[in-house]
Amino acid sequence: MRRIFLFVLTSFFAIAALATPGINMPVGVTPVSQEIYRLHMAAFYVCCVIGAGVFGVLIYSLIAFRKSKGAKAVHFHEHLGLEIVWTTIPFLILVALAIPATIVLSHIHNTDQSGLTVKITGYQWRWKYEYLDQNISFFSDLSTTQDQINNKAAKSPWFLLEVDHPLVVPVHTKVRLLVTADDVIHAWWVPELGVKQDAIPGFVNENWMMIEKTGTYRGQCGELCGLNHAFMPIVVEAVSPSDFAKWVTAHQARVKGDHS
Amino acid sequence: MTDQHIATQDNDHHDHDSHHGPAKGWRRWLFTTNHKDIGTLYLTLSFILMFVAGTMALLVRTELFEPGKVLLNPEFFNQMTTFHGLIMVFGVIMPAMAGLANWMIPMMIGAQDMALPRLNNWSFWLLPFAFTMLMSTFLMSGNAPDFGWTFYAPLSTTYAPKSTDFFIFSVHLMGLSSILAALNIVVTIFNMRAPAMTWMKLPMFVWSWLVTAFLLLAVMPVLAGCVTMMLMDRHFGTSFFNAAGGGDPVLFQHVFWFFGHPEVYILILPGFGVISSIIPTFSRKPLFGYHAMVYATVIIALLGLVVWVHHMFTTGAPMDAQLFFMYATMLISVPTGIKVFNWTATIFKGSLSFETPMLFALGFLVMFTIGGLSGLMISLVPSDYQYRDSYFIVAHFHYVLVSGSLFTIIAAVYYWLPKWTGRMYSERLGQWHFWLTTIGMNVTFMPMHFLGLAGMPRRIPDYALQFTDFNQICTVGAFIFGFAQLIFLYIVVMSCFSKRFPAATSQVWEGAHGLEWTIPSPAPYHTFETPPDLATVNAAAPQLE
Amino acid sequence: MSNHQKSHKRLTLILVCGVLLMFGFAYMLVPLYKLICQKEGINGRSGATASSMAGLSIDTTRTIKVTFLTTLHQHLPFTFKPVKPFLLIHPGERKLIYFYAENKTGHDMTVQAVPSITPGDAARFLKKTECFCFTQQYFFKGEKADMPVYFFVDPAIPSSIKEITLSYTLFDVGDFLKKQQHFTKGRIDL
Ligand SMILES: [Cu+2]
Ligand SMILES: [Cu+2]
Repeated sequence: MRRIFLFVLTSFFAIAALATPGINMPVGVTPVSQEIYRLHMAAFYVCCVIGAGVFGVLIYSLIAFRKSKGAKAVHFHEHLGLEIVWTTIPFLILVALAIPATIVLSHIHNTDQSGLTVKITGYQWRWKYEYLDQNISFFSDLSTTQDQINNKAAKSPWFLLEVDHPLVVPVHTKVRLLVTADDVIHAWWVPELGVKQDAIPGFVNENWMMIEKTGTYRGQCGELCGLNHAFMPIVVEAVSPSDFAKWVTAHQARVKGDHS
Repeated sequence: MTDQHIATQDNDHHDHDSHHGPAKGWRRWLFTTNHKDIGTLYLTLSFILMFVAGTMALLVRTELFEPGKVLLNPEFFNQMTTFHGLIMVFGVIMPAMAGLANWMIPMMIGAQDMALPRLNNWSFWLLPFAFTMLMSTFLMSGNAPDFGWTFYAPLSTTYAPKSTDFFIFSVHLMGLSSILAALNIVVTIFNMRAPAMTWMKLPMFVWSWLVTAFLLLAVMPVLAGCVTMMLMDRHFGTSFFNAAGGGDPVLFQHVFWFFGHPEVYILILPGFGVISSIIPTFSRKPLFGYHAMVYATVIIALLGLVVWVHHMFTTGAPMDAQLFFMYATMLISVPTGIKVFNWTATIFKGSLSFETPMLFALGFLVMFTIGGLSGLMISLVPSDYQYRDSYFIVAHFHYVLVSGSLFTIIAAVYYWLPKWTGRMYSERLGQWHFWLTTIGMNVTFMPMHFLGLAGMPRRIPDYALQFTDFNQICTVGAFIFGFAQLIFLYIVVMSCFSKRFPAATSQVWEGAHGLEWTIPSPAPYHTFETPPDLATVNAAAPQLE
Repeated sequence: MSNHQKSHKRLTLILVCGVLLMFGFAYMLVPLYKLICQKEGINGRSGATASSMAGLSIDTTRTIKVTFLTTLHQHLPFTFKPVKPFLLIHPGERKLIYFYAENKTGHDMTVQAVPSITPGDAARFLKKTECFCFTQQYFFKGEKADMPVYFFVDPAIPSSIKEITLSYTLFDVGDFLKKQQHFTKGRIDL
């Protein structure tokens, strides 16, 4: 029994100690993702404290009150005071958790003016991005080859997390995301941006992100959407506003060139 | 088992000529109306299906051993995850709990049988048909159902394989079976209690099952309605879940989770009842806070009916709705906490011994607490945006369900097996079974927390390179876990059919209380033909002091 | 014994009634959901019925940007676009916007626009007095038309909301034809 407790406890503290990527939620690069991370950690520590309390009493009891060591059962089995205590204290802890959660949620629902609007449409099994004010629209497909999936070619470092045309957005700009789907339900999820929004055919959902650091951020479809659910990744490239302007011009020029 | 029942039948022969022993051969099982036989049937079916669904899980884990295709193509992978979930929920846990109810409830309340014995026969025999129909979809042209056990529309309607209609009918049959079983259990507990068995003397297992039965009666019809709407959308031109005709795919999720969340408590509450029997026995001390436990069970069930939107936080609900369902969900951890604290207090200052049932009960207590705590984390809407549909969720509900349902069922089997077969099981192998299961379970599901937090979505047959290490650990754990269940199979078969192990006394466990321990082991084919008297009932209810 | 049987029968009957009631409740959830959606504006459903704007006064101190968005379901061969990408509107003021639609399918077709208003918290405040989405729309082969929406923003809208998106997804509803086909109220045929 003790071995298990040790295992469980060490693994719990392992997460706490190792806030390395790949084992914990990413802190992310948007105000929302950072707030979510802090809420997640606060809840995690609260759980650790509760767990330590319960498991502490349990471990002590399992060691101290063994029949093989001659323990005699003490017959008590009802105590109103105790019941009230362990109803009230957890309730207060919950209130303490609910307050920050409510505040973070109200930030997520913030509807300030945005600087850029992108419509995202989920298809079986690709994403379409449309920049409403820039008149830009393109599909984003998985660029990992079938050979890599079938183990016939060496896997690229971003195996299954790479696309032909990433979503390009400027940093420090509030980007409004209007998310919908064409066929079944998908979900647009990029952990480092703190965004997960279901894409529902016939209806539009709204979410937003403000990226604070240039870089490439990767995610995946978050709702089972059939055969190739695992093969419709999301790549977001956050660039400086001036680079974004250049990208827009270049893209529009290229589209014009294709047409003439 | 047949000989044993016939053997004990002789000692037990009263001058009731209306009560014969069991019939011989297959007719006994097909036509039986005896609660013990039906309990055995339920448990056997559940045991078989556990290996079926477990094999499917191992196929899934094999595919996920490394990135790139290993064994299964994505179609088949999706069918495996779908069937693993469906069978574990509807074919393993629910029938096993129903089997325990059939065996134990009449014996615990001093009744001679279930109130509606013929209905009881029906509610079991619907299940083999339901599962044959479900499994037959593998033989059909096109895919078997591949939309996950939650079968969200429109993936399960407009975009589903043809075989989905068979899936729908089999869900109807399973639902009908559960409704009939629940009906029977409610009527039995209300009408068949021994006269001296008043409400507050009922064992916790009976209380838990009573609450569960009411939950079943409340939500299984909603599931039936849900799949009926699917059927109508697929074939009769309605558009409940199709925006084109004025419907809404999100409505599907509301109807489904209105059933689906209480379903979680349907799977777990009877297990709570089992634990409330086992922990006092091996602590040699009455259950702490019996009344609080009863109230907590009822409150969990009631709150469980109003939290379903917590499965749908990312579907775009307005903030006030999200807040309501978040607060309600958080609130459930209060009565759940009361349960955990009371079990811990029962152990405190007891006189503990660690036979296999107790080990599984303690394993439950630890891992269920972990699953409950991660549940508290998930209830917070902002964090849920990151957890939803990731492996963190998979880890959470396996901690809750494997411990809350599977561990409690296994604990119950070890605890009552001597009463059923009249022989003890191999304690040494039981201990091995426990340790391998517990280690396997934690090695399988603990790393899934990390995978989910790092961003791995659930229900994917292939994954990015950075998820490789933890997935390999999970797969190794899953095989340990699976192997351990073969030991369980061996133990149960030996206890049923071999004469190698010592015969059990009627008390079986030194610290056991309850009417079931006042009758001989194995339990005679007919028990409590005259209800137990007040003194017997009171002696069996230690919470009376 | 027969006493027992009688009480079994009664209790069973009560429970069966409960079960049937709950089955009915599953179907009740459908209108109930629609009602709550309209009240709360979930999925922008409040936009699917006409509202009255009697007794509202215009709040000129605030301006809200209403963006229009269109989606064609499953590559439906239609052109479907708002004539202006957005409008600025004061709460309490009524405005008119046309959506241009052209049937390029090569045959007659009935379509239905499903409205959706985001953000979810704003949906219940954007209301319409008249909209082409209230009914199915019949289009002859090659027919072009401007379809009207009269809408206003309820002045009760929280001041934090500055942007609203009104979007429509256009569906082919050949499988779900309603009685009132050929409905083209307010349309300007081009
Ligand atoms: Cu998907
Ligand atoms: Cu739930």
